[in-house]
Amino acid sequence: MTEKHRFAVVGQPLAKIDAWAKVTGETRYADDLVLPRMAYAKLLRSSHPHARITRIDTAAARARPGVYGVITGYDLPRVKFGILPVSQDEEALCTEKVRMVGDPVAAVAAVDEETAERACELIEVDYEPLPALMSIEESLGHPEVRIHEYGDGPNVHKNVSLQFGDVDEAFAKADLVREDVFFFEGSTHLPMEQHAALAHWGADGKLTLWSSTQTPHYVHRLLAKILDVPGAHIRVIAAPVGGGFGGKLDPFAHEIAACKLSQRIGRPVKITLTREEVFYVHRGRHPVLMWIKTGFTRAGDITGCHLKTWLDGGAYGSYGVASTFYTGVINPVTYKMPVYKFEGARVFTNKPPCGPKRGHGTPQPRFALECQLDKAAEQLGLDPVEMRKRIVAEPFTKTANHLTVTTIGLAECIDRVVEASGWPAKWKGWGQKNGDRRSPRRRGIGVGCSAYMTGAGTAIYWNSMPHSGVVLRADRSGAVTVLCGATDIGQGSDSILAYLPAEVLGLEPKDVHVHPADTSLTPVDLGSYSSRVTLMCGVAVIQAAERLKAVLLKAVAKKLGVDASRLVARDRKIGDPDDWDTAVPFARAVELGESMHGVLAFPGSYAPPKRAGKYKGGGVGPSPCYSYSACVVELTVDADTGDVILHDVWIAHDVGRALNPLLVEGQVEGSIYMGIGEALMEAQIFRKGLHKQPSMLDYKSPTTLETPEIHTILVETNDPEGPFGAKEAGQGPLLPVIPAIANAIYDAVGVRIDEVPITPEKILKALELKAQGKTPRVGPEKLPLFTFKPPIVVESAFGQPADAIAVRPFADPEPRG
Amino acid sequence: MKARLSLTVNGETREVLVAVHKTLLEVLREDLNLTGTKHGCELGECGTCTVLVDGEPVLSCLVLPVEMEGRTVKTVEGMADGGTLHPLQQAFAELGAAQCGYCTPGILLTAEALLAASASPTRDEIKAALAGNLCRCTGYTKILDAVELAALRMAPAAAGRPR
Repeated sequence: MTEKHRFAVVGQPLAKIDAWAKVTGETRYADDLVLPRMAYAKLLRSSHPHARITRIDTAAARARPGVYGVITGYDLPRVKFGILPVSQDEEALCTEKVRMVGDPVAAVAAVDEETAERACELIEVDYEPLPALMSIEESLGHPEVRIHEYGDGPNVHKNVSLQFGDVDEAFAKADLVREDVFFFEGSTHLPMEQHAALAHWGADGKLTLWSSTQTPHYVHRLLAKILDVPGAHIRVIAAPVGGGFGGKLDPFAHEIAACKLSQRIGRPVKITLTREEVFYVHRGRHPVLMWIKTGFTRAGDITGCHLKTWLDGGAYGSYGVASTFYTGVINPVTYKMPVYKFEGARVFTNKPPCGPKRGHGTPQPRFALECQLDKAAEQLGLDPVEMRKRIVAEPFTKTANHLTVTTIGLAECIDRVVEASGWPAKWKGWGQKNGDRRSPRRRGIGVGCSAYMTGAGTAIYWNSMPHSGVVLRADRSGAVTVLCGATDIGQGSDSILAYLPAEVLGLEPKDVHVHPADTSLTPVDLGSYSSRVTLMCGVAVIQAAERLKAVLLKAVAKKLGVDASRLVARDRKIGDPDDWDTAVPFARAVELGESMHGVLAFPGSYAPPKRAGKYKGGGVGPSPCYSYSACVVELTVDADTGDVILHDVWIAHDVGRALNPLLVEGQVEGSIYMGIGEALMEAQIFRKGLHKQPSMLDYKSPTTLETPEIHTILVETNDPEGPFGAKEAGQGPLLPVIPAIANAIYDAVGVRIDEVPITPEKILKALELKAQGKTPRVGPEKLPLFTFKPPIVVESAFGQPADAIAVRPFADPEPRG
Repeated sequence: MKARLSLTVNGETREVLVAVHKTLLEVLREDLNLTGTKHGCELGECGTCTVLVDGEPVLSCLVLPVEMEGRTVKTVEGMADGGTLHPLQQAFAELGAAQCGYCTPGILLTAEALLAASASPTRDEIKAALAGNLCRCTGYTKILDAVELAALRMAPAAAGRPR
């Protein structure tokens, strides 16, 4: 039997279980929720990028008819918070100081939104302006002005340095050593849904919060701290999220204000952000300046790599410590990189805080590495595809920085996009151009590859509990209910939670009810981030389903008088395949099981395996397994206007196994789309503290007209760590398209744009330099004066066999429950 | 100032008493409880709040209900024929064209107007028709595929033929 036939549900292009509600308008997002007596609230936000608050007077706002309540930071416990335990630097409502335009300072609840907004305007706030630091250079150049009092130096949030092997020695062995500088502009998630929260603090003293959040568990934990009430009396329910991409992963001021206002006024309170507020709330892609030095042999092998990154973090920590590490740790997972050194620094500025956006900290160094590889290939006279294929990392080995990689489908991904794109016919060689050289419209083709983790190996707060938990209950009707704290943000995690138990138990996905994340009902899943959900909740739900199945088989075996090992579950029945006429309907099997066992409810738990090696990698990076992608882009550059017209994108993605190919393709296509926006147009930029384009018209993002045809190829490697072999698909495919576009532009018109977004202005500037006989490159010219920490020096683990798995937490197969 | 208005939405005529400056988007969501219509910017920039007025796509965040008297408004809740989904709804669900689903109602209605005007549009015509509707999840690929599939199923030659 082939693998495809082994499965009844897995691998089928099924509709998502929530698709029907979404196409009829039935899905109720947070702002669609209305409760009796509900008040509407608004936040008053700072108009200064950096200022001391000397006075807040809310009297006039309180006196306005229709206003139910007004709060400031003085009405909340004076405790700072932040998503990472090491960066507790936020206040829901600022009391002494604001650090960016958009920092919240007060909140009003009123009979309607308009009254709340008018009342906000009546709040008097006196500010004493402080110098605003708007760039990495300004923040490092003005240590006398401090945005925060903590960190690794004046205005330096984090300063890290890791070294694996001797890079100088590696460069000495190289035939070619390149040093290049790149800049990746910040961009924002731009989810179609503005964040919304509805809080109801009941008369029983218990709080319920419905919120468009990607991480109800962390919000639950932090609300207890921020509001100083027992977590046991707080219930957080994740409403269906109308687009997340990392933008709904922090605890936010509006959630906290809604809770406090509800307690104050004894009514449910809803806050929905405006689109402008969403731009300021941000937590998106860090602007990163990068210096990368890599040694190559004549044949194209990498001898060693040294990367420095400077991240413009904005006003708060958010996930920034993790983001900083992420700019350094994932590149060695892709290629044979025997020696590696990474230095990174995150700098505070008076702008909205950056954080995790799809790809979290890795698209920036990926852009740098893949563009540099292309430049090196040209210097060495190598085909950029062949060079990459030659240096693909070895499966089941360790990287220089001690990450264990399992399956690697990258070589197949490269082969498949090369074939699909017609690369051999279209790639003419370095400096050899296609088409009419007199025409201003030049066609080009470019390639890029990448790798991404499938779930962070450690939780945000240190603990040894499951990262994902499931309770699976069988009902006498033959239905199965799955309770899991995973959050469906459109990626289809609720559907995965239906498909996998259906596969194990021989049911239809429709027979499985999946309850949305609700901290009072569902076991903890850490949240929809780091591409962890399918793998972690997938393994957990399979474990729970297997435990149920074991009990059901035992009960049916007793009934049929056969050995349980003979029985299978399929087609909503349990029976002996050689005597299928006696098979018992699933509902009857549940009755037999419940008679024998009692209530049929089984837990499933997952935490990443612990491997034997001593060094676990720097801070972030270890993951159960890694996905791989290869991408080819074909485009036209108009040399008269600088316009880039994308024709086709071919992407092959090693997803381990496509549990539902339709959903995987959707994740890949959405990633490519988002990468295209970052490559060509999206920019979160500021002037005198103000966002330059805080609207969906001015902040350019690709429409149907700018999005090319995307040809998706799925490669399956059946990874031993994933549920039925699956790896991630939601983030990794974003990475390679950005450098592939930059490389294709070089192929088309012979100019290097070493910073994104690659705008027509930059292309025209580079073409002008080329015409003048100067270096045809536009990109950063200088680096900040900055001293990184002395590195933590560890020997390179490159090429060593994968460490054995020492412990698989919670993997005990025995049925419990 | 409030006005008493008679609005015909999804074939039903409803009387509402609303502040005259409220937008159609707000009246649909807040006064008529038709929360299927979503908002992405409330400035006419993203297409999320698209509804059909006399069969034409309009941005409900830019329309005043006082202008709607005597006209027919259709929202996503009015697309299905009783318990039978519109072929566009069916195709969007089957092909994974709705990920987070937030832009979906506006895109469905824009596509419905397109198919009413042009039974078998080319992919470029579909792209042009949907250029005013932003989607941040799908990369538009599955949306275009779904509109094509629905058009195919709705074409007269396909009538009565299950697909």
